[in-house]
Amino acid sequence: MNWVLDNLPLIADRTWAHLATSLPAILAALVISVPLGWLAHRYRILNGPVLTGAGLMYAIPSLPLFIVLPVLIGTGVRDVVNVVVALTLYGVALLVRSVADGLDGVPPEARGAAVALGYPPLRRFLTVDLPLAGPVILSGLRVVAVSTVSLCTVGAVLGIPSLGLLFTDGFQRGILAEILTGIVLTVVLALALDRLLVVLGRLAMPWTRAEAGA
Amino acid sequence: MISYRSVTKRFADGTVAVQDFSLDVPRGTLTVLAGSSGCGKTTLMRMVNRMVDPSSGQVLVDGEDVAGRDPVALRRRIGYVMQNSGLLPHRTVAQNIATVPRLNGVDRRAARRRTGEMMELVGLDAKLADRYPAQLSGGQQQRVGVARGLAADPDILLMDEPFGAVDPLVRSELQRQLRQLHGQIGTTILFVTHDMDEALALGDQIVLLRAGADIAQQGTPREFVAEPANDFVRTFLGLDRGQRTLHRERAADGSIVVVDAHGRPAGVLAEPDGRPDDGAHPGAAADGGPRPGIQDAPGA
Repeated sequence: MNWVLDNLPLIADRTWAHLATSLPAILAALVISVPLGWLAHRYRILNGPVLTGAGLMYAIPSLPLFIVLPVLIGTGVRDVVNVVVALTLYGVALLVRSVADGLDGVPPEARGAAVALGYPPLRRFLTVDLPLAGPVILSGLRVVAVSTVSLCTVGAVLGIPSLGLLFTDGFQRGILAEILTGIVLTVVLALALDRLLVVLGRLAMPWTRAEAGA
Repeated sequence: MISYRSVTKRFADGTVAVQDFSLDVPRGTLTVLAGSSGCGKTTLMRMVNRMVDPSSGQVLVDGEDVAGRDPVALRRRIGYVMQNSGLLPHRTVAQNIATVPRLNGVDRRAARRRTGEMMELVGLDAKLADRYPAQLSGGQQQRVGVARGLAADPDILLMDEPFGAVDPLVRSELQRQLRQLHGQIGTTILFVTHDMDEALALGDQIVLLRAGADIAQQGTPREFVAEPANDFVRTFLGLDRGQRTLHRERAADGSIVVVDAHGRPAGVLAEPDGRPDDGAHPGAAADGGPRPGIQDAPGA
């Protein structure tokens, strides 16, 4: 406990670094997955390749990826960008399927109605298909958020700041409180982000509550 | 006015849904396309707003071939009401009704005002405006569907079995209100149904279709009942099973009851002023709809 009180600025720093690495990755994964998921949903012929490809990405072990990425994208070995890119790839791997499933699940009557009412295609996608796929995409996004927050710690092995550095440093120096702090805060962060997404989802998709209550 | 000129629709899999179909739907009328499922009636309706394009032939709206019109702009000029309401589940009643005005760039306040007018027109309580479709009854959902179809004040309203999924009591109430509404606003309505009672209750003109959108008979409800063109029409109407051959019978309490060929009571007989004959139970067979010819049963 004393260690925690003595090192509050360090803990805040690591937590901030953790968020600054995870959040952009989660957001980027969402932004990239929507068009990819749409391709898989819209063109049957792309469905298999896109979803299988995404699934395979998740099978790449994270540590080698962190090492290979700098070579591929020309960053330094200790650059935080490597971790953001790697986490984004894992996020996309998980989320593409949710987006495709969500879009597949949009009720055909709703889509037909939107066409009959005179929605232009892009506006229909953004204001009818995407919101109606929202609950499924959100459940995928929650998994991605939790998984990204936990995977983010792996960067610590390369010395990239995150809560993971608290465990590696704690191990090397034999400080149990530091290890525990790292673990507990990672879990708390993951859970907090998950809750936040649930709340944001409710605000953004008020009709889902109406349907549950009907 | 909507005109079909020798329209044929062959789908990619080779099925011919519509074969050389021609029809005029006069402006301001309510025309019913009736027929069993698969006869091509919905395909025909969807050609009007270009949700389906004919393989050959033309569909004209006010003399202009719709093939030359931009589908999105065309659809915003034509109301569409579908089965199971087709409401957007993520939008409130008010948002659903305001959809087309908003797509057309009408500002929020004017759209809201229009929504209020439409809700009143179709008999929806203003308190429902902020509900989501899942919170409404089937009948309320259909009313919202009609209000949405009419919100942009279209010249043409397409209705694809709009009352198919609601219970019979609500359905007949919706039919009555649609007749009344049509008299009020005079929009040209093309209405698709497989229910001949509905066709008789609603249509100024009925077009009964066989497979391939082959016209079995075209005429007013009266003509259908009085002069069915062929056996197909008779069967579709239930004339061959005696459902529409009605006789007078005197009930135990002395009132006159009208029964069909199987002896099932169909209603009571009314005087011209609308009161039931003989002081019997009020309220039946007096709504002015076309009624099958009634003949005295022998010995009644």
